[in-house]
Amino acid sequence: MYLALVIAVLVALVLVLTRALLGPTIYDRMLSVNSAGTKVVILIAAYGFLTGRPDFVDISLLYALINYITTIAVLKFFEYGDLGSGAYQEDDI
Amino acid sequence: MELLVDIVSGIFILIGCVFMVGGAVGLIRMPDFYTRLHAASVTDTGGILFIMIGLILQALFIFDNPMAAVKLFLVIIFIFFTAPTASHAVAKAALMANIIPQCQDGKSVVDKSLASIYHDKKLSPTDAKQQVKTVEGDDRV
Repeated sequence: MYLALVIAVLVALVLVLTRALLGPTIYDRMLSVNSAGTKVVILIAAYGFLTGRPDFVDISLLYALINYITTIAVLKFFEYGDLGSGAYQEDDI
Repeated sequence: MELLVDIVSGIFILIGCVFMVGGAVGLIRMPDFYTRLHAASVTDTGGILFIMIGLILQALFIFDNPMAAVKLFLVIIFIFFTAPTASHAVAKAALMANIIPQCQDGKSVVDKSLASIYHDKKLSPTDAKQQVKTVEGDDRV
């Protein structure tokens, strides 16, 4: 069962990374990188269960945290050109 | 008992795999950026919910490891807050970069994007929203 789960996650990961290579705009690539990060979270947890060591869940929790920060930071960089600028306004769309 | 847990968690994991692979295929085949965003974000959240429920059942009843179950539950909570937030951030960044939603035949849904009106005229966001008109004679939006 875990092996089937790992194989399904790997197939989905290959499809998502194909979009990251093809993607016409930078936002397609960003979307697929975010989606790939979510799949890696599942992959790490499932691999821990596959090898009989559920303690791998710690790493997948940490990866979920890092994935979110990465997406927000890269998007802010491409939108404002600077990570430290205070250009964001409260009434922005 | 163990057989029952295996069957139930297997069903949950199977549903989650269908969600996840379906979302990945949608990410390849959808024609437009916003449709791809929809396919990816919704199925990510749904797929991780079902797969993690299946793994929680396994951790509780097969591996007898309640701490792993608590951590998997924390992953569910965290993904449920962050995945829609990240999708919203991607959509907002794309809209501000003048990527306009498209119809099936490639026509754009709006005359002008919200972002260009906002930047051209320095209007407030509510005024800019009122100026966005749909294309005439198109009722499939």
